[in-house]
Amino acid sequence: MNEVTEYFSDIFKGVRSLLKGMSVTGYYFLHPKEIITQQYPENRDVLKVPERFRGELVMPHTADNQHRCTGCSACQLACPNGSIIIVSDRVETPEGKKKKVIDKHVYNLAMCTFCNLCVRACPTDAIVMSNDFEHATYDRGELIKILNQPGSKVLEGIEE
Amino acid sequence: MKILSIYDFSNLTQAIHTWLSGKMSVVSTQVVEMILVGTVFLLFFAVLGLVLVYAERKVCAIIQVRLGPMRVGKWGTAQTLADFIKLVFKEPLITRDADKFLFNLAPFIIIIASFMAVAVMPFAKGLQAMDFDIGLFYISAVSSIGVTSILVAGWASNSKYSLIGAIRSGAQILSYELSAGLSLLTIVILTGSLQLSEIVESQADGWWIWKGHVSSIIAFVIFIIAGTAETNRGPFDMAEAESELTAGFHTEYSGIKFAFFFLAEYVNMFIIAAIGATVFFGGWMPLHVGNFEAFNNIMDYIPSVVWFFMKVSAIIFLMMWFRWTFPRLRIDQLLTLEWKYLLPLSLMNILLMAFLSLMGWHF
Amino acid sequence: MKIEAIDTSETKEYFINMGPQHPSTHGVLRLLLTLEGEIIKNVEPHIGYVHRAIEKMCEKSSFQQIIHLTDRLDYLSCHMNNEAVCLAVEQGLEMDVPERVKVIRTIIDELNRISSHTLWWGVMGMDMGAITSFLYGFREHEMITEIFEETCGARLTMSYNVPGGLMFDIPPNFQKMVKDFLFHFKKKLPEYDTLLSNNIIFTERTKGIGYLSKENAIAFGVTGPSARASGFACDVRKLKPYSAYHKVNFKEIIFTEGDCFARYKARIDEMWESVSIIEQLIDNIPEGDYFVKTKAVIKLPVGEYYQSVESARGEFGVYIVSDNKKNPYRVKFRSPGFANLSALNKIAQGCKIADLVAIMSTLDLVIPDIDR
Repeated sequence: MNEVTEYFSDIFKGVRSLLKGMSVTGYYFLHPKEIITQQYPENRDVLKVPERFRGELVMPHTADNQHRCTGCSACQLACPNGSIIIVSDRVETPEGKKKKVIDKHVYNLAMCTFCNLCVRACPTDAIVMSNDFEHATYDRGELIKILNQPGSKVLEGIEE
Repeated sequence: MKILSIYDFSNLTQAIHTWLSGKMSVVSTQVVEMILVGTVFLLFFAVLGLVLVYAERKVCAIIQVRLGPMRVGKWGTAQTLADFIKLVFKEPLITRDADKFLFNLAPFIIIIASFMAVAVMPFAKGLQAMDFDIGLFYISAVSSIGVTSILVAGWASNSKYSLIGAIRSGAQILSYELSAGLSLLTIVILTGSLQLSEIVESQADGWWIWKGHVSSIIAFVIFIIAGTAETNRGPFDMAEAESELTAGFHTEYSGIKFAFFFLAEYVNMFIIAAIGATVFFGGWMPLHVGNFEAFNNIMDYIPSVVWFFMKVSAIIFLMMWFRWTFPRLRIDQLLTLEWKYLLPLSLMNILLMAFLSLMGWHF
Repeated sequence: MKIEAIDTSETKEYFINMGPQHPSTHGVLRLLLTLEGEIIKNVEPHIGYVHRAIEKMCEKSSFQQIIHLTDRLDYLSCHMNNEAVCLAVEQGLEMDVPERVKVIRTIIDELNRISSHTLWWGVMGMDMGAITSFLYGFREHEMITEIFEETCGARLTMSYNVPGGLMFDIPPNFQKMVKDFLFHFKKKLPEYDTLLSNNIIFTERTKGIGYLSKENAIAFGVTGPSARASGFACDVRKLKPYSAYHKVNFKEIIFTEGDCFARYKARIDEMWESVSIIEQLIDNIPEGDYFVKTKAVIKLPVGEYYQSVESARGEFGVYIVSDNKKNPYRVKFRSPGFANLSALNKIAQGCKIADLVAIMSTLDLVIPDIDR
């Protein structure tokens, strides 16, 4: 007799556990406000990207096209992937001395792992991580960026 | 119980028949009628597939706290159409050393099997292509033809994953056919007829799920479990078993042939739900509650086709709810469930129903 | 790799390649199964499809640069991996980090553990055929990733640790975010039990399946929740407390059954413990610096340094040999996934294909962690 009751109680317990599981999914079916889907890209305007989000390396420029990069190559050394290359130039100062200045800050976005080490290494806070994350392009070449704008100068007083 | 005559389709079908007979000979009338019915069913299948796939995607999305398809058309309504067009234009790949003839044949077998089953479905009064006196028996016979297709597909694919899926499916459908048939027989004890139209007519004063009470409810539960298993849907999707066998028997299928398998799954689900609705929930019979005449009259004004599809979609929703809640069983547990639990239970249930019927304890 | 040709004409055995492209190997792991019907006779894991020579790359990197490489090992417990390297380097520099750093590291560790386990739970359900759990697991995982995003600017590969402390201080709303999450999570965790743990189909599929004995767990070097489910007390947080673990009270989850369900339950219970650890610490973050300044070029004294941490999958160890240069002479990672995978053949023999999927899920393998 024991076995028979066990047989039926097994069925009963099993069905009960199944119905409990169904109540969970049933709850979500009846409560569509629990839906968490975000409709990207329609929600671009309301999309909140945290301030610290590391999307892309940029070099902020002032209004009169000046940046803070001295071309010291600290970021190039700190980069684990070799995605930063500093091309420097030698110019003659009014005193007649040769001086190293930055020509191009080449940043290869395709090779970047967004580890933030370059930003930490920079002694003059010339580069920062921006929040822009939409990097898709049709051509790989577009991902190799030159961060200092053409004709830009180093901000006065940074190099001292 | 009178059925409002405007919802009686037999007048319409009769009118078409008389009109055609007046124009041509008996044989050509038959042929034209067959073609007409065939075309209507083809269109019905296409619409059914699109609607059910969309419904499943939305139901599963809402259960899974997602939105589901939203981009193609308003609320993504044209998504399944877009997917279908994509499938049509895909390359039909065939694996090396596959049995090409059987490989191409398999999708057609499964579609034809589901076609045949729909033929006897009573959608409304008079809206039934064929009204066999062994309708129920016929349905359970043809709906199990589908398994041959799965076996053929698995064998012809020349892939081990497909073969394992096919063999599993064979064992599964053969077993579950038993309890599905037995649970339907439980109701046949009450109706005394296998003819679907008569089964529906016999529920004019109340559906069998109420009239047969305990025994009917047990039979319905067993039927819905066995039916889900027969359609190879989760939690009994052993034949596909995505996480184990990648896609089971249709692993190697692509394009339109894959679409056939996909469509057949949904049509089979519709068939199981339609049988369930017809046998347990009174088919196209409106809901009547005791002697509430006003209520009953209002219910009568809802067309019988609407009643039928409402009941069917309720059962289909139940099956979707199962699928998106439960984990999959293992093949041996699946067979244990059938042979150790469902089969003895349905046998006992038949005895119980026979006893109830003998004592006149049903309504 | 040469596969020994076995004459299968006499036996009824046949082979099947599960992977490298397969839905339930979660990555590019290839299992060569020897089957008889559906019964598994032998499982031979073939790895190396995502081998990236990370240990070799470490030899060319400075100590700061190693950290971001460890993100790419077990990406679901990246913070623990980062921390192991940092602790090893700090050990070499004989440097003591501020209490604030220790506490924040511990909190993020436990959040990371919860995020890894929620994702595992979802994937476990999906492997068993309950696809809905996948989305529910991801929902909670996503909430933690948002906290991480706000805290350190990255969602998965965080690189939040640097030798000597942390990369950023915690944001001002950190405590509120974590508390909000815990409030939500404590409501959702019982739902996990209703949906899977108590479900009859699920328990039938996992109870008594894939038995791993304590002896075998020790012999194969299995660690983490998988080993604790076999009764092997191996929690590094208890054995060799690091960061702030000596300050908190928590229970080491130990089961003795050793089957799939015990491994499953161990992880579920571990999530509760993690919640309790975070609750103990979140209001007691001491004030102070979040960073101790190190030299730009770190050189460790000649010697060998080993530091192990408890990652979400088991004991993650970093072994650094230094010859007083700016790059390490040799780095070895002891990854938990590799050792856990080695026990797979022992566990899975005699099971069915469906059981193998359950076993793989409960071992919680992350393939980049195995291949490195």
